[in-house]
Amino acid sequence: MWDYTEKVKEHFFNPRNAGPLADANAIGDVGSIQCGDALRLMLKVEPTTEVILDASFQTFGCGSAIASSSALTEIVKGKTLDEALKISNQDIAAFLDGLPPEKMHCSVMGREALQAAIANYRGESWKDDHEEGQMVCKCYAVDSALIKDVVQSNGLTSVEQVTHYTKAGGACCSCHEQIEEILVEVNTARCEAPAIEKKEPGPVAEAEPASKPKLTNLQRMRKIEEIIESIRPMLLRDHGDIEIVDIVGKNIYVNLKGACMGCALEAATLGSIQQKLFEDLGEYVRLLPASQLEMAR
Amino acid sequence: MTPIYLDNNATTPCDPAVVAAMLPYFTEQFGNASSIHSFGNQVGLGIKAARQQIQALLGAEHDSEIIFTSGGTESDNTAILSALKAFPERNQIITTVVEHPAILALCERLEKEGFVVHKLRVDGRGRLDLDEYRALLNDRVAIVSAMWANNETGTIFPVEEMAEIAHAHGILFHTDAVQAVGKIPVDLKRSQIDMLSLSGHKLHAPKGIGVLYLRRGTRFRNLMRGGQQERGRRPGTENSPGIIGLGKAAELAMQHIDTENSDVRYLRDKLERGILAKVPRAYPTGDLNNRLPNTSSIAFEFVEGEGILLLLNKLGIAASSGSACTSGSLEPSHVMRAMGIPYTAAHGTIRFSLSRYNTLEEVERVIAAVPPIIEQLRKISPYWNEATNAPAEKAFAPAYA
Repeated sequence: MWDYTEKVKEHFFNPRNAGPLADANAIGDVGSIQCGDALRLMLKVEPTTEVILDASFQTFGCGSAIASSSALTEIVKGKTLDEALKISNQDIAAFLDGLPPEKMHCSVMGREALQAAIANYRGESWKDDHEEGQMVCKCYAVDSALIKDVVQSNGLTSVEQVTHYTKAGGACCSCHEQIEEILVEVNTARCEAPAIEKKEPGPVAEAEPASKPKLTNLQRMRKIEEIIESIRPMLLRDHGDIEIVDIVGKNIYVNLKGACMGCALEAATLGSIQQKLFEDLGEYVRLLPASQLEMAR
Repeated sequence: MTPIYLDNNATTPCDPAVVAAMLPYFTEQFGNASSIHSFGNQVGLGIKAARQQIQALLGAEHDSEIIFTSGGTESDNTAILSALKAFPERNQIITTVVEHPAILALCERLEKEGFVVHKLRVDGRGRLDLDEYRALLNDRVAIVSAMWANNETGTIFPVEEMAEIAHAHGILFHTDAVQAVGKIPVDLKRSQIDMLSLSGHKLHAPKGIGVLYLRRGTRFRNLMRGGQQERGRRPGTENSPGIIGLGKAAELAMQHIDTENSDVRYLRDKLERGILAKVPRAYPTGDLNNRLPNTSSIAFEFVEGEGILLLLNKLGIAASSGSACTSGSLEPSHVMRAMGIPYTAAHGTIRFSLSRYNTLEEVERVIAAVPPIIEQLRKISPYWNEATNAPAEKAFAPAYA
């Protein structure tokens, strides 16, 4: 049996706002019977203020799908459409005091139904950019579709890299064999893929610079800032953030913020960012929490 | 409210007589059966008796054909890997699409290692096509492995006939019989089955004990290397309490085999008919005329299995489901898909599996409990129209999957 929270059970056994909504003017249908999850979200939106006056749902799915739908209708009531669009799947899961990793897709489906319903109200079309695969990393709820995508688009070749990019495999390590299999599959396909467009080699091949030109102090600091900026979206997605406090020689002092603060994986997060800095900067640097700056002084 | 357990194909409670037989083997009979002193000797005699009890249940010709293992999965793995090792010039395996993961996951791995795996398909009722089977037999096949009875539907495969066909081609035959033994009569000496897997906890013995039956004279290569236990075929100090328990359970299973096919079958049929009479758009799956007497698999259209199980559980009723959500994968049961059960029903398939401990009163309570649960879930299903009590007229077809 799944380790459902009391709140999930409560919302499954006594779903709020279940059934058709007669005067709904925004309807979002998502999911499919193949996947075993399908949800119709119905909203009654007040046209002048765009406030959601009423919401209801019909769901085909497991206990947590029904509970997530019920939670979603409770969350959106009274919100304006713009406020509702800010609701993330984590908000839905948090409302239920959390979902098992394998069941996080239920909360994702909730958010998608909301986006689809609002698009329906506004006469827009909504694009589902989300694909699901077999759950690989059960510690961090990472599925095969995401890992394949990240391996493919970043040209990853090792389990460590996959962990740095997705967190998958970063805790109990039981899924490393599966991650290795995905790496082999994707990278083999890449090697076998026929070259669609062959670039004619230029008349004179540009010579690789023998070594990277040395950066000035200012350039180096800007470069570090740039690299950190490029990493922030990844942290923001997990409700965390990072800021640079100071750069002292090889030591870069940073503050982790939001969900990253006190996260059990703080060290791993810092480690992977340090690795990225190291690779992009072409020199060895140390990434340290700002708390150590005081000590250094 | 006393709980009702209808999930006996998943596991069974230990019979109290089994527990009683085992208990001394934790304390006073703690010896190592390999020891020469009396502590060990007593245990050795106990194990010998248990081996004979299992020999009797399986109808094996010799008691040395019984090898104790840790359970069904180990027996299945040992059988297939042994055949591949013993016949290195053969690189093919024939099995079926509806096997237990103990076979299928192993075959998947072997395929990656370069072995060729043929999986026999099933029809809408879960039956094999023996002509397809015959056509696949060739001298590169090391072993055929087909389950005796399916865990989800109870459908029985003609394994005795399949073993004869395999032998006619000089090919080894293994059957995963963990669901069949104790529920239907088995007489191995009259068959040509070379290897058979049995699991203790499916027949009221404890978990962690099982058997691989190995016909005398069958080429065999053991999985693990170690001591001389089980004549060197399965090293490791014997799980003596488990073995004694399994022996007792085998003896009880023989006594109750007729009950399974009369009383348990009667209860199963009553349950199935009772539910189907009251719930629209529900149908039984599997080969209804040729299945285990204790198993009923019912597909409820337009609802999802986990919801049904959670609501049943609230009423103290335990069953199981072929739905994707209970297993953590997104695909519904491979058995339902193999039979071509449409997705609209495959996700809502519930398996009720009974045992000799179930009663008529329990079955009546379940018959009363199921219809309101299905109705409640259909009420909130977008695929169902509550007003007409029928599937939604305008099919629910989200543009976004």
